[in-house]
Amino acid sequence: MHKCPLMFKAVTVLIIAAMLFSSCGRNVEEKAENQIVVFNYGDYIDRDILKQFEKETGIKVVYEEFLTPEAMYTKYKNGTVKYDLICCSDYMIDKMIKEKEAREINYTAMEHIGNIGETYWKVSESFDGDRKYTVPYFWGTVGILYNTTMVDGVPGSWNDLWDAKYKNNIIMQNSVRDSFIPPLILDGCSINTTDEKSLRKALEALKRQKSLVQSYLVDEVRDDMVNEQAAMAVIYSGEASLATEYNEDLAYVVPKEGSNVWMDSWVIPEGAKNYNGAVKFLDFLCRTDIAEKNFEYVYYSTPNQSVLDNIDEEEKEEDTAIFPDENVLERCEMFTYLGPEAEELYNKLWKELKVVG
Amino acid sequence: MKKLGSRLLAGPYLIWMVLFTIIPLCLILYNAFTTFEGRFTIENVMAITDYVNAKPLLLSLNMSLVVTLICFVLSFPLALVLSKYSKNKNSIIVMVFILPMWMNFMLRTLAWRLILLNNGFLNKGLGIFGFNPVYLMNTKAAVILGTAYDYFPFMLLPIYNALVKIDKDVINAAKDLGATSFIILKRIMLPLSLPGIVSGITMVFVPSMSEFVIADMLGGNKVYLIGNVIEQAFNSGYADVHLGSGLSLSLMGLIIISMVIYKFFDKGEGGHGIW
Amino acid sequence: MVNGIKKTAEKVYLVIILLLLYIPIALLVISSFNASERNKAVWGGFTFKAYAELIQDEIVMGALYNTLLLAGGASLIATILGTLVCIGMINMKKRSKSFIMGVTQIPLLNSDIVTGISLMLLFTRFADLSFVTMLVAHVTFIIPYVVLSVQPKVLQLNLSTYEAALDLGASHLYAMWKVIIPEIMPGILSGFLLAFTMSLDDFSVTYFTKAPGLNTMSTMINAEYRKGIQTEIYALSTIVFIIVLFVLFIINRRSEKAYKQREESGVAL
Repeated sequence: MHKCPLMFKAVTVLIIAAMLFSSCGRNVEEKAENQIVVFNYGDYIDRDILKQFEKETGIKVVYEEFLTPEAMYTKYKNGTVKYDLICCSDYMIDKMIKEKEAREINYTAMEHIGNIGETYWKVSESFDGDRKYTVPYFWGTVGILYNTTMVDGVPGSWNDLWDAKYKNNIIMQNSVRDSFIPPLILDGCSINTTDEKSLRKALEALKRQKSLVQSYLVDEVRDDMVNEQAAMAVIYSGEASLATEYNEDLAYVVPKEGSNVWMDSWVIPEGAKNYNGAVKFLDFLCRTDIAEKNFEYVYYSTPNQSVLDNIDEEEKEEDTAIFPDENVLERCEMFTYLGPEAEELYNKLWKELKVVG
Repeated sequence: MKKLGSRLLAGPYLIWMVLFTIIPLCLILYNAFTTFEGRFTIENVMAITDYVNAKPLLLSLNMSLVVTLICFVLSFPLALVLSKYSKNKNSIIVMVFILPMWMNFMLRTLAWRLILLNNGFLNKGLGIFGFNPVYLMNTKAAVILGTAYDYFPFMLLPIYNALVKIDKDVINAAKDLGATSFIILKRIMLPLSLPGIVSGITMVFVPSMSEFVIADMLGGNKVYLIGNVIEQAFNSGYADVHLGSGLSLSLMGLIIISMVIYKFFDKGEGGHGIW
Repeated sequence: MVNGIKKTAEKVYLVIILLLLYIPIALLVISSFNASERNKAVWGGFTFKAYAELIQDEIVMGALYNTLLLAGGASLIATILGTLVCIGMINMKKRSKSFIMGVTQIPLLNSDIVTGISLMLLFTRFADLSFVTMLVAHVTFIIPYVVLSVQPKVLQLNLSTYEAALDLGASHLYAMWKVIIPEIMPGILSGFLLAFTMSLDDFSVTYFTKAPGLNTMSTMINAEYRKGIQTEIYALSTIVFIIVLFVLFIINRRSEKAYKQREESGVAL
């Protein structure tokens, strides 16, 4: 009478089997009352470190990623998730500190905080003036990653990104402030300018460039370049370093007109539920062996002096992307928070760029 | 069945729908007509006419029409052939064409990335035959291809179901009376399958209008659709809940208009369910 | 003769479409066995490494687990609620029925982005995002599919058996369970299956309502594809494909059997 039981049973068995199969890759969830919610850039930490932290302290790490600082800020302000730790960039941290969204970090509870080099604390002062709210994580420059077999010579100028020879072979950053770096610098402006005329001029340059651009990407840039999807790309120094390792035809250059130097640091936001757990995690990250392991995976410029001391001079000279010269750094500027009106202007211009073409 | 029984049975459902469908929609409505400070305004709803929002909307419209057309042109002949040879509604041949629909669409879109990358399968294949490589990745064409591929079974199934219901005797009678295949197509199959066609068009056109993730995966952020605008209005840096709600309302309005057109064509098939 | 050409043309067309539909999937499957890491269009040797890594990969497996849990749980709840309301509509006035059917259409009419956003707005105000909010979101947008699958069967019901059961002393509940439910069971099952499929395949609604650290397959792929080619995901798609093939085969077998049974017993189709 019942025509259906066999099928029903079969499907149920299949579903249960699939669930059992998929649960074998997961650790058995201990009811961790102790957990921290961490919000970070994409592919910006060695996941094994998280597991190690869980093992050593019993604190579960709930890990989420975001693409751009702006997206992070929106998600954070939404308030639906209470983050314990956020890793973000200079200007966005500047904004959060000014808006009283960052909590003071209890450095005295951190054993390994001394591993962070003094130079990097000094650099942090531009957004964390009182040295109270952040722990430096990674830093770097912005430059051009190019494929030596696809590009003539060295694209040492931002102007090369407007070269019609490379039509459809250029990748730009899909991040509002990063994308304005080339045109503003070419125009002789500071990358922190709030002058509407200069910004509009920069926008026009970007609009002109759009037909030459293949795509606007963030995390995908590295792999696209490794796969020879494009000839040139605007990229972060750390990504460039890994890219050149995977594909020997690639090279990185910081254009002669100047560029942006940035620092990513950790903050503990207001609303963090597990302050102590967060501090523990930051301390854990500063520990030499952990920082070294993380550095090996992420391969960005590290502010951790104890790790730097363990790297031999040869390697430092070879990899100019993550160990840049003094003269490179001299022509680089750091972002600052521009205030709500300038932010709105930037966003308006960014949207205008998006609808072109 | 007693009245109380009816209410008890339908009650949970209604409570659920009110809580999680009607109230959320009211929230969108409220946000759409207010500003940050809480004043009443229609500028969020009118924002759809701004150039920065109208252009993506038109692009979405354009691309959805192309996608729907491609799906229809490819699936209608297929449905005709399948309905001719199928023994019943669920023959295995039909299953074979529907199967891709049951695979997660993100996975299938990933496959298109493999194919369309500059040194992907497409160009490798073209190279074997001596053709020049085509650079399709991160273009509108790629997004259209990916979307059409994703929605193809949604067009095929309703049309097929409608065609299969046509009594074969009617067709045979027409043949006996001397009708050519063309006339049979024009006078019998097309009109009788119209509800299925309209159903298929709705199931493809309406969702593809609000697509944004396929544009992200295959369009390299150069293809900027209304779905992207709305998503970024809620999630990215220039988040403006009110603007996003206003735009969503406008999108809903457009969809309701197309549904009204659908109802106009849908005579008498009511209650036959989705497929 | 013309007929012969027509038949060949039809067969050729079938094959072309079949190829177009399956080549992408086939490429996924093949690539999952391809040892070359960066460029899958270059064959680097046959390996099961991706499958071994898949089982270890917590991100991917976790997403798969969540997807199945979410889909299963949401479909169950949706089926129960949807079936109950359809039965409840049996003796309702036309106006109430239209109202309920109208409300049912709303999630279908809205694009999934609107459904996701509206639910996100609701949760932003009243609750933290968690697995429960994801579950609620999924139930909400798949319930209409259950209703639309069960309702036609309910309309076809012959209530005399039910009334006879009542006359013979059965309680409403017992009669409902023993008479009505079995008769509409095909609708319930196809509703459940449809709801399950829609939940599995969803991206937009999950994207806006997901909890931190919890991903479904769709949102996981969205997060991971940017970091480069991850062969584990291709291995996953191969497994998914095999499962789907299997399930559809079973469904087809049982409906073919049912069809044959009906043919043999001479019942009009």
